[in-house]
Amino acid sequence: MSRRRLRAEHATLVVVGGLLVGFLVVPLLALFVRTTALDFREGLRHPLVWPALRLSLLTTTVSSTFVVLLGAPLAWTLARARGRLARTIETTVQLPIVIPPAVAGVAMLLAFGRRGVLAGWLYPAGWSVTFTTAAVVMAEVFVSAPFFVQAATSAFRRIDANTLIVARSFGASPLRVFFRVALPMAAPGLVAGAAMSWARALGEFGATLMFAGNLPGRTQTLPLAIYTALESDLRAAQALSIVLVVVAFALLLFVREVLRRSTERPEVPT
Amino acid sequence: MRKRSTNRVRKRRDGDRDATTGRRAAYTVALTALVLCGLGCVDAEPAPLRSSASAPREDALVVFAATSLREAFTGMGGTFERDHPGVELTFNFAGTQQLRTQLEHGASADVFASADRRQMGEVVQAALASAPVVFARNEPVVVVSRESAGALRTFADLPSATRLVIGTPEVPIGRYTLQLLDRASASLGAGFRARVEAQVVSRELDVRQVLTKVSLGEADAGIVYRTDANTALDRVTVVTIPPEFNVIAEYPLAVLTSAAHPRLAHAWVDFVLSSVGQQALRHAGFLAPAGTGAAP
Repeated sequence: MSRRRLRAEHATLVVVGGLLVGFLVVPLLALFVRTTALDFREGLRHPLVWPALRLSLLTTTVSSTFVVLLGAPLAWTLARARGRLARTIETTVQLPIVIPPAVAGVAMLLAFGRRGVLAGWLYPAGWSVTFTTAAVVMAEVFVSAPFFVQAATSAFRRIDANTLIVARSFGASPLRVFFRVALPMAAPGLVAGAAMSWARALGEFGATLMFAGNLPGRTQTLPLAIYTALESDLRAAQALSIVLVVVAFALLLFVREVLRRSTERPEVPT
Repeated sequence: MRKRSTNRVRKRRDGDRDATTGRRAAYTVALTALVLCGLGCVDAEPAPLRSSASAPREDALVVFAATSLREAFTGMGGTFERDHPGVELTFNFAGTQQLRTQLEHGASADVFASADRRQMGEVVQAALASAPVVFARNEPVVVVSRESAGALRTFADLPSATRLVIGTPEVPIGRYTLQLLDRASASLGAGFRARVEAQVVSRELDVRQVLTKVSLGEADAGIVYRTDANTALDRVTVVTIPPEFNVIAEYPLAVLTSAAHPRLAHAWVDFVLSSVGQQALRHAGFLAPAGTGAAP
């Protein structure tokens, strides 16, 4: 194949890929281009900003911790199970990804709300978790956990079965195999999955609004603050959106860097 | 804007010169896409208006209307289409602020029906619409969940609810709520607004969210428009707010200056103001446009 042809084919792929990059990046870029420095400074002074940012970081940290603590054992079990039941469960726990978040919020109200199906034995009549910060965390776990479980399940599946058999044959207990072999080997996939699920939790809007409401300092996360600001002042909303994009971008970059370092580190011979 | 574009173009040339690796090439393409879009899409002006003189036959009408008009306008739309055979009527129902944003960014519509005079004022100020006319008014009421209906019988009982949901002050219903609480404080005691606000567990972004939370029993009570309450009478109890405190919302309607179907747009406005249209609005719970107690 001529060098020219090679180059042309290569360029075609790059151009096609570049179209998607443009499509994804232009709206984000427009946010920056169409917000002046003055608007941005004014926007940051908006009273909704800091309580919302603090609440967002707090709730997503808590929800991501829950997702990882509960999701890793689930993913490990799903990765090793072979039956039809396991496949059904695997598909079922992916459902929150396709359900519109507002519908997820309504479903959570019907399950955990004051008249919800679990209200009878969850809490005394007349009380419910709705409108509390805990409700924000619950909404975030609901919408973000599937992303982690999916990534973690594939990460665990990629572990060579022989490694596990060897570990077991040397007498390691199932828990020891999980903690000392499976977790370290799947670590990059788990971190990437946790980052995805954390990012989803940070952007969560619909389910939170439905299930937790919108009260500054208690349930108003950054996306809700953006939407609230949008009702009165588009520029404040743009400034808040920039804060959200920058925070998310910085944290995702950080995770990538951690991942890169951990995978590039030479394997310690055993 | 020009300065920024030049900058980007220069970057792109630099990229071209030493585009030896795939990564560089990808970077170049991304920047090219950005430049093209930066020049093309971001600064796109709304399409030039179709001249009404050269379009003798109008067969479509696009109405942007506040969410609270959904039931009334949808019903009226059927009548309008029967009176204008061959005309396709399309509604876009959304929060008034959202509609205003869409219009400001070049959405094409013929008529704008706002739930708020302030938003209509902004649209008129931007020369997007002219000659707005108030066609209906809507009265805030208290909706009470089944569980709390016994304890909350009058407006003065409002502070006894433990979980109140109101609109956020950025949306019209939230603004009216605070105004009417202030007015009530004058006669029900200076602390009335504070006592009510102490029980607020959520400041919702639109009226329907307030209504949903009360009708599911999640909140004890909330403040919504009469027309919203009317859609949920099987699930909530309505407590009227004394007229001396109440702040009535006024709904203005206007033909947009960029209307592609101005004749049909005017026909829709006339229809809304006609006795048939007004009767449908009354049926949905709206008050007649003329009257006392108009919102400030």
